[in-house]
Amino acid sequence: MNLSKVKKIGLLITYVIGVYIVFPDSAYAMHIMEGFLPFNWAAFWMVAMVPFVILGVRSIKKTVTLYPNLKMLLGMAGAFAFVLSAMKIPSVTGSCSHPTGVGLGAILFGPTAMTVLGMIVLIFQAILLAHGGLTTLGANTFSMAIVGPLVSYAIYKGLKKLGAPQWLSIFLAAALGDLMTYVTTSFQLGLAFPAATGGVMASVIKFMSIFAFTQVPLAISEGILTVMVFNVLSVYSQKELQVLSVFTGKGLPSSKQGVKA
Amino acid sequence: MKPIAKNGILLLIVVVLAFGPLFLLRGGEFAGADDRAEKAISTLNANYEPWFKPLWEPPSGEVETFLFALQAALGSGFVFYYLGYAKGKNSVSKRNQS
Repeated sequence: MNLSKVKKIGLLITYVIGVYIVFPDSAYAMHIMEGFLPFNWAAFWMVAMVPFVILGVRSIKKTVTLYPNLKMLLGMAGAFAFVLSAMKIPSVTGSCSHPTGVGLGAILFGPTAMTVLGMIVLIFQAILLAHGGLTTLGANTFSMAIVGPLVSYAIYKGLKKLGAPQWLSIFLAAALGDLMTYVTTSFQLGLAFPAATGGVMASVIKFMSIFAFTQVPLAISEGILTVMVFNVLSVYSQKELQVLSVFTGKGLPSSKQGVKA
Repeated sequence: MKPIAKNGILLLIVVVLAFGPLFLLRGGEFAGADDRAEKAISTLNANYEPWFKPLWEPPSGEVETFLFALQAALGSGFVFYYLGYAKGKNSVSKRNQS
């Protein structure tokens, strides 16, 4: 237990207490429910989603035809998003939300591949669990499977370029991608339901206080879990990671020690 | 540090993050209740009516829990299947090299 760890824990406790003081009421935080976006907005996000899905299908096809032995790893990235979206975890705001799990796949296979996998998860939850919805599928896909992976991917690439340690790049990529998903959700709801006084921004801030703050500890959890998976991958799947770094043109973990905790 | 020890420590942090709120906010509802978001929307636009209902809803909380558990089980099943597969493949290729 060194000094920086103590500092981190101190920060965390301060955050928890801070959130508790600012948001004592429990809040709801999850995907946008069925029918809860006006028709025009639902249609807008649905259309906005389409080009990314097409790019995603192409990207996956390319990966699978070029490197058929990466199919398993791709399936694992999808499964990771699947399991994390099923976990409704209690948060310091007194409500529950779930992580998205798309950061891992975005780092491995690029952002658009995760658009497709994330959408499949959302369709499963909309049809079988009445969680999220088919009419809001476009908006939810846009936040969780387009913005989230894009943010993760950009942060990972950016931090690697700056020479940040592997584990930090992965952690921040996954955590911030998760967080930005719910910030996007807040914007989507704010745009659809502008406040009578203050307009869109007042509304966005209101939804942000519900969605994004609940998500902060979950985003940290997702970041840590993603680092854990990479720790294992960098030991046992070095070949796959090296192959991936070839065609995405970025340095992936290839060190034998794995990612430093 | 061995990867397993590292991951053990990391897992501990996640467990604290996930279960800590339950102890910190003993009176908390921890609801995922849909009417929370409905309330937020109805204060902004009192006239809004959801225009589409889910095609099918789990008939009870138990069924819903079952389906969420199933989702988690299927997901984690595949994740760990892959990790085991990767570990096995890795040790075989190591043995062949030596």
